Amino acid sequence: MPSKVHVQTTINGEAVEYLCEPRQSLLEVLRDVLHLTGAKEGCNNGNCGACSVILDGCLVNSCLVLGAELEGKSLETIEGLAEPDQLHPIQDAFLENAALQCGICTPGFIMAAKALLDQNPNPTEYEIRYWLAGNLCRCTGYDKIVRAVQDAAQTTSSEVSA
Amino acid sequence: MAEKKDYKVVGTRPIRHDGLDKVTGRALYGADFQTVGLLHGRVLRSPHAHARIKSIDTSRAEAHPGVRAVVTAKDFPAVEDKIADLGEGAANVKDLQDNVLAGEKVLYKGHQVAAVAAIDPHTAEEALELIDVEYDVLDPVIKVRDAMQEGAPLLHEDMRTDEMGEKSDKPSNIASHFQHKQGNLDKGFDEADVVVEQEYTTETVHQGYIEPHNATALYNPDGQLTIWCSTQGAFTVREQVSEILDIPVSKVKVVPMEIGGGFGGKIQVYIKPIAAMLSMKTGKPVKVLMSRADVFEGTGPTPGSYVRVKMGATKDGRITAAEAYLAFEAGAYPGSPVGAAAFCVFSPYKVENAQVDGYDVVVNKPKTAAYRAPGATNAAFAAETVIDEICEKIGMDPLEFRILNSAKEGDIRVDGPPTPRVGFVETVEAARDHPHYLAPLEGENRGRGVASGYWPNFGMKSSVAINVTSDGTISLVEGSTDIGGTRAAVAMQAAEVLGIPAESVTPTVADTDSVGYTDVTGGSRTAFATGYAAYEAAQDVKQQMIERAAKLWEVDAGDVQFADGVFSSVNGKEQELDFKGLAARLDETGGPIVGRGTADPNQPGPSIGLHVVDVEVDPDTGKVQILRYTATQDAGKAIHPSYVEGQIQGGAVQGIGWALNEEYIYNEKGEMTNASFLDYRIPTSLDLPMIDAIIVEVPNPGHPYGVRGVGETPIIAPPAAIANAVYRAIGIRMKELPMSPGRVLKAMGKI
Repeated sequence: MPSKVHVQTTINGEAVEYLCEPRQSLLEVLRDVLHLTGAKEGCNNGNCGACSVILDGCLVNSCLVLGAELEGKSLETIEGLAEPDQLHPIQDAFLENAALQCGICTPGFIMAAKALLDQNPNPTEYEIRYWLAGNLCRCTGYDKIVRAVQDAAQTTSSEVSA
Repeated sequence: MAEKKDYKVVGTRPIRHDGLDKVTGRALYGADFQTVGLLHGRVLRSPHAHARIKSIDTSRAEAHPGVRAVVTAKDFPAVEDKIADLGEGAANVKDLQDNVLAGEKVLYKGHQVAAVAAIDPHTAEEALELIDVEYDVLDPVIKVRDAMQEGAPLLHEDMRTDEMGEKSDKPSNIASHFQHKQGNLDKGFDEADVVVEQEYTTETVHQGYIEPHNATALYNPDGQLTIWCSTQGAFTVREQVSEILDIPVSKVKVVPMEIGGGFGGKIQVYIKPIAAMLSMKTGKPVKVLMSRADVFEGTGPTPGSYVRVKMGATKDGRITAAEAYLAFEAGAYPGSPVGAAAFCVFSPYKVENAQVDGYDVVVNKPKTAAYRAPGATNAAFAAETVIDEICEKIGMDPLEFRILNSAKEGDIRVDGPPTPRVGFVETVEAARDHPHYLAPLEGENRGRGVASGYWPNFGMKSSVAINVTSDGTISLVEGSTDIGGTRAAVAMQAAEVLGIPAESVTPTVADTDSVGYTDVTGGSRTAFATGYAAYEAAQDVKQQMIERAAKLWEVDAGDVQFADGVFSSVNGKEQELDFKGLAARLDETGGPIVGRGTADPNQPGPSIGLHVVDVEVDPDTGKVQILRYTATQDAGKAIHPSYVEGQIQGGAVQGIGWALNEEYIYNEKGEMTNASFLDYRIPTSLDLPMIDAIIVEVPNPGHPYGVRGVGETPIIAPPAAIANAVYRAIGIRMKELPMSPGRVLKAMGKI
């Protein structure tokens, strides 16, 4: 039996193939096999959200998904969010609102915020806080992160209505 | 020396220079480092809180396929018994070594015992299970007061108490006892109309940075060691690794990667020397990463403590005397922050008759490390709630009490030095006049509390180099790792001097071979001291540019002025060039310009804050909900107000976590039972309201722009402010941290 699994999948809109060990998590595959290090390991057991990615439209902790499970699926990571000449409005909002300090949790928060705004373009403050409760930030106290998501929601929903 | 004027860059809110990399996932943190031929290291940790190591057999691990090396304490060089400067604190080198890999004893669960390098992380983990360690398990001692008892299990059989400078003759877990005294304590208490004395306990808490410790090391046959890692200070890593492994500092190069939080916890080294030792044995680069459980169990938290505070006041609200007894858990080796606690405990106030006793006590827990204003939060929890009780007894508004008793410039602190100018009254007034404090708080089980927090701040050494680029921008090279936006705060101070926008500065955090010595990003010093060095470097550039303009215009340098970003000559030959215009002409006037600045400023200027919090206590569950939170703080001059607010908000929330949830929970074997983010519960977004951060600016005379460090102060007040609010809500004084639901219900007599 081969020691590695062959996986064909889509990451950030592009077809990707890789080999991984059955025991490797998606986070390990992203970081160690594909060198997509935007997803961070903060706890490796689903408590901190620093490794958040969007799998078939659903926000997941990549440390809790096996790399082999990606077969035939579609994955969005922080690396795929910006256009070559333009940041995503959530990324802009994080910069404008100074919504990061050390920045280690930032990719996870941005992916979580994207998953929220994809399904709820005009969340209340409570909905934002509820949704982001799976992502830990130790630096900011969340104030500026919540404001950034509020700002991004305004920008994206006004873009949609325009 | 603080200039008072309208600044063009200082006080604005530009996008931080490293922001784009950090919102796109491109910023490279320590664990993101990759290189060819990389091996992966993992560390075996003690399963026991206290045990003698009888033997370690690594042969089965060494024979495991894929394993390249195993190291234990036997691989250390012999080192001298001496004190190493860690930047923020100091430590005995033998203790440092023993903490990195245990020698004769393990002193806490999680203590590093051995390490493996293998072809991949999983193989290294497998090999750890093949290391056979035989332990002689000893009784642990976990709590500070237990450890101080005669007959308590001894961590270090040869340790003698330093009793106010004299060595005692009996072995003890009390590493030291010191005392500060001034005035006449008995007379002070005699003059009091009301005296309050209470005792308090706090549990061990962790900094809880989201990024675990990491290190990649490469040792070359020529003796040159390179370490890529996340750290609060590349130079302290260089110093510690050099001491622990007995290598000259010049042979160690530390490359600081981006760092995912530190709060004081990423100064001491744990796995960096191990990565180096594994690389020495294998000749390959070795990356060692900690897991979250490793971080909780194996790295320095901040101490649990027992604090007793007694204060007396007249009925018109004057403090007449104050006494504090501070017993702090150092963890496995001496060095708790009890000294800092002693100078912070009463420092906001003028207290003429005072005594403070401090005890540094070893227990079977990880060696404590700095955590944001280390020691001050434990002390303030006690002092600031005793003050609240006094205010209640004499019927005085707690803010008026603080204004009345605030220490003025020159008032002598109990530990000796005079109080520098700091905006204590101004922060209290800002809170008093804030809509939050003016708004009535209604509803059952709700209460409002206030407390203040004081931190002296640190200066220490920094170096900055500035290169002028021909397009009118500058590159700024600094040694301070950027944990919370300091690239921007430092760059902005240089930009202000040179009359260029913040965006025209490209800041780089350099490795230890590429920039002058710089102390840690800690002690709230980076915007202050590295900012000062940047100011000096920019002044150097300015002077050189003036000389170039003079050469260009064939005038004396003394006849060239620089104002509002424009160089001009003033001797009749009217000439003008802005910074950009002159930068474009460096080639014709003598070539490149490099500005240099170093700083070791001795007037960091303390920072002080006053926090107001509204809580609601659920009488059925004991849960304390934060309804509203306002934090004022004297920032001296906020260089980038958004990131100053961020420090205040983040610090306040760490304090809220400490107040309400966070603690190391131990079983009777001395094992931490909650070493995960699920069970060690730091605040989430859902636990909190917005945190209103109010910046007060009373310039620090020790900095050209009046900057005071802001990072540490905001964590100090929350536990006391919340305890005072809980009292208003349910009529019970909480004297233990955290005020978790169980503790609140117990205090209410419900369980």
